[in-house]
Amino acid sequence: MTATGPATVPVIAALALGDDALVLSHRLGEWAGHAPVLEEEVALANIALDLLGQARVLLSLAGDEDELAYLREERAFRNLQLVEQPNGDFAHTIARQLYFSTYQHLLYAELATTGGPFAPLAAKAVKEVAYHRDHAEQWTLRLGDGTETSHERMRRACDALWRFTGEMFQPVEGLDADWAALEARWLESVTDVLGRAGLTVPEGPRTGAWSAGAGRQGLHTEPFGRMLAEMQHLHRSHPGATW
Amino acid sequence: MATAAAQRTARTEADGAPDTVDTTAYQRAFDAAVAADERIEPRDWMPDAYRATLVRQIAQHAHSEIIGMQPEANWITRAPSLRRKAILMAKVQDEAGHGLYLYSAAETLGTSRDELLDKLHSGRQKYSSIFNYPTLTWADVGAIGWLVDGAAITNQVPLCRCSYGPYARAMVRICKEESFHQRQGYELLLALSKGTPEQHAMAQDAVDRWWWPSLMMFGPPDAESPHSAQSMEWKIKRHSNDELRQRFVDICVPQAESLGLTLPDPELRWNEERGHYDFGPIDWTEFWEVLKGNGPCNEQRITQRRRAHEEGAWVREAAAAYAAKHAGDAGETGATRA
Repeated sequence: MTATGPATVPVIAALALGDDALVLSHRLGEWAGHAPVLEEEVALANIALDLLGQARVLLSLAGDEDELAYLREERAFRNLQLVEQPNGDFAHTIARQLYFSTYQHLLYAELATTGGPFAPLAAKAVKEVAYHRDHAEQWTLRLGDGTETSHERMRRACDALWRFTGEMFQPVEGLDADWAALEARWLESVTDVLGRAGLTVPEGPRTGAWSAGAGRQGLHTEPFGRMLAEMQHLHRSHPGATW
Repeated sequence: MATAAAQRTARTEADGAPDTVDTTAYQRAFDAAVAADERIEPRDWMPDAYRATLVRQIAQHAHSEIIGMQPEANWITRAPSLRRKAILMAKVQDEAGHGLYLYSAAETLGTSRDELLDKLHSGRQKYSSIFNYPTLTWADVGAIGWLVDGAAITNQVPLCRCSYGPYARAMVRICKEESFHQRQGYELLLALSKGTPEQHAMAQDAVDRWWWPSLMMFGPPDAESPHSAQSMEWKIKRHSNDELRQRFVDICVPQAESLGLTLPDPELRWNEERGHYDFGPIDWTEFWEVLKGNGPCNEQRITQRRRAHEEGAWVREAAAAYAAKHAGDAGETGATRA
């Protein structure tokens, strides 16, 4: 099944990775003008831009980037449910970043070394994602080990998003990765960061019947449809126009 | 050079007896430095009024950058192509960066970012009136780039030679990025103007709504601009409001022609004798109303700004508490990651 060159890029895998980046980038873009401190306006926009850049490369491997972003219906998107979750407060955004950027960093590092059609993209993106992961870890420490309020908010955020994390390790068709080993490394890393932040690993299930593999199969949570409506509205209002 | 030396000498002489300073020696050295087009630096003596004017102007400039993120961020989630979305995100990010440069420049004058933000949030300091207008269509993003950033650049390029060093240096960096944004805005409008009839109409409508507010960005007419004369004497300001406004109109008219769009002013025509474009009267009533807080978005802009700040308080407190707890730690601040 492993593809060997850009000509044979597995479309489903390109969409899965591309949609993750596209959707999370969009969510982070919603922070513009609302961040708690000016430095975070810069940082969140910077991460959003990196992700959008990755999304454009990945979607272009699968087809036309704008057609794929703006003209697919909700059921055709392959992103993880985790990345489509609303921003919530800053702690929710950081918890989502911690879970996802740790996953993305480990996955890209592996894709970069094992070769295959995504190796060039992964090799470039892994450097950006290392920064995203560091940013999320640093903030997890500050919120977890900051004040009582921030600790409580961070704990709640980590708990609330925990059930979306199992989906990340469902094998993706066309992606050559050792998913079980990836999951073990992810758990180890997240456990370590949460521990250093004075937080404990949430206890709830990570693979509920509905969330397991759902986003990857085009089954999304309700906020996602509204997000797409906003994202696609203008493009869809002017069929065939160029911008 | 001689005047800088004079200032140093004056400082040395006066430093010996701080309570009986003969400020006229300082004042003479300052005046001479300004006259010789030298830069005033943070540790140089400067008149209190010069310091106060700079704090007010730089703070207002910084506030404009961060309030100015809002009308454009309003379209990030709706940008019609991924390329345009990336450009817009990068632009809004740059504006946050400009805010950071400018708050830093203001801090060299002995104030702090927190203090300035406080004044913004309580309405004691202003931001550019232009950002009190709403972005109603995607084309507004282009009109802001072309006209609003264009006006800002016309205003700001002379500030690269402003007498206060930190401000002048911040402006050099800012102007480079702003002219990039301005070209992108122009290019966005051009794509719309040459697109479908609906897109063209969208572009024209945006230019119709943003033209006059952009002309107001240069401030009141020279006759009604009380701070201008002093600012020009201090070489904070290099040209009058009306001079810069005229320069902007002269630049925009041919650009509008090549965009295939019209400017909403029936009195706009070339004046051979003056070698400039004549243009119609500005609605100064509207200008003063917006400045007083009665523009279309004043309330919304400041409310969003305050809310972001208030809702972020617990995050800033967490960062401060964490920093205090880990003040002695090695490796928690990025030092080990270098």
